[in-house]
Amino acid sequence: MISFSQVYKRYPNGYEALKNVSFTLEAGEMALINGHSGAGKTTLLRLIAAIERPTAGSIIVNGQNVSTLKDGAIPFLRRNLGLVFQDQKILFDRTVFQNVLLPLQISGFSSRAAAGRVRAALDKVGLLDRESARPITLSGGEQQRLCIARAIVNRPSILIADEPTSNLDADYARDIMDMFKSFNQVGVTVLIATHDVELLGGMHQRMFTLSHGELIA
Amino acid sequence: MSVWFSHHLHAFVLAFKRLAITPLGSLLSIAVIGIAFSLPAGIYVLLENLQSLSGQFSGEPELSLFLKLDARESAVAEIESHLEQHPHVAAFRFISRDSALEQFKEGSGLADVIDGLEGNPLPDAFVITASDVSPETLEALRAELGELPPVEHAQLDSAWAKRLDSFLRLGRLAVLMLGGLLSFSLVAVAFNTIRLQILTMRDEIEVAKLIGATKGFIRRPFLYFGAMQGMVGGAAAWLIISLGIHLTDEQLRGLMALYDANFRLYHLSLEDSLTLLLFSAWLGWAGAWLSVTNHLWRIEPR
Repeated sequence: MISFSQVYKRYPNGYEALKNVSFTLEAGEMALINGHSGAGKTTLLRLIAAIERPTAGSIIVNGQNVSTLKDGAIPFLRRNLGLVFQDQKILFDRTVFQNVLLPLQISGFSSRAAAGRVRAALDKVGLLDRESARPITLSGGEQQRLCIARAIVNRPSILIADEPTSNLDADYARDIMDMFKSFNQVGVTVLIATHDVELLGGMHQRMFTLSHGELIA
Repeated sequence: MSVWFSHHLHAFVLAFKRLAITPLGSLLSIAVIGIAFSLPAGIYVLLENLQSLSGQFSGEPELSLFLKLDARESAVAEIESHLEQHPHVAAFRFISRDSALEQFKEGSGLADVIDGLEGNPLPDAFVITASDVSPETLEALRAELGELPPVEHAQLDSAWAKRLDSFLRLGRLAVLMLGGLLSFSLVAVAFNTIRLQILTMRDEIEVAKLIGATKGFIRRPFLYFGAMQGMVGGAAAWLIISLGIHLTDEQLRGLMALYDANFRLYHLSLEDSLTLLLFSAWLGWAGAWLSVTNHLWRIEPR
């Protein structure tokens, strides 16, 4: 469950990225955040993962008030979130397998139990046969799927993706979107930011629209 | 418990891999640490050896009483009974001036010269072994017996041992100071190696933070790395000292044979060796800790 109430985010230089944003996404729901670039989509997602803190208002994620969370508690919040970043943040000096393994190492899984989970995650995104490949040898769509595998390997209750279909052609993008839908069908709460509404024309999803930091729909 | 173990195993393996992946750099850092540490530790070994050497030569400290040349036999008997009753005197023997002259004739090979002398220039003497060998008691005994009327001069044979002892004390202070300074250099080496590592692993640290790594998780491999590097450096210092002792001992054996002494250099004791290793590991850990605490907070996810 994600709930924003009267959230403001103002940067030190005076720029207001979010103004009075309130919404609630129930557990198991799926929604898209849509808006022009610079509308505040990324900021909104970053607030959920406590990468940034709101200037005012409260943010509740899985019953925890993120806006007042102590620094020491943030890692444990993030372990319950699957994050797919706009800039991917793949580690190119390790294999596909090791990239997906990282969240499990952080949670302290033994290597045997972890290996099974990594393969299951890679299987879900269709990269099982590439586990020992270097990420640099993957195509753009495959790299995006690697990021998704890394996000879901911890079996998070919430999946958050920032522009997961940018730079992908329509077929790949539709694949990715279908993947998110299938995660949602097994009970994962999914929140996706995208500027590409046309691509999602066929999707009947709940949709939030941001414009200049305000939620207009 | 198993999570804790798995985290530490992961950090340990990671630290070892980082040490092994840059063999030349690691080797140089370890050499710097080893050489820096072999200096104070080597001097320490030298001092310990000097001390055992002084113990071997001086044995029980003895006090010599030389009587006045004109002392009569009655005075000698008086001193004898005084010494017998003295609580701090464990044993004593009397060397009459005649027997002293005989000994000197035999020992020095100057019999002809001595025969040419008009009279016996040597005094009667007592050689005393004290019951308590602490320098304070010996000194007090020397002063007290020196006051007796027939005594011309009282001399502590162990005066040179005392001088050596204070010299050793000075040496230990120097070792401590040198050790302190060079320990600081070990901390600096660890600090800088870790700083470079953090800079080159910026992406990795950032991603780890974003997917839920605690500060401890990120810090741990660096701490293990520092401790490992320090400990291997300490081992290098130990090897350098071993080699030094081995080479010196060969030379020394010849020298000692000339002096008819049976003296072997001894190495750092097991306890000292362990202290050396643990201390250098701790210093590496401390340098790494300083570095990580100082640099890690600057890497925040963007």
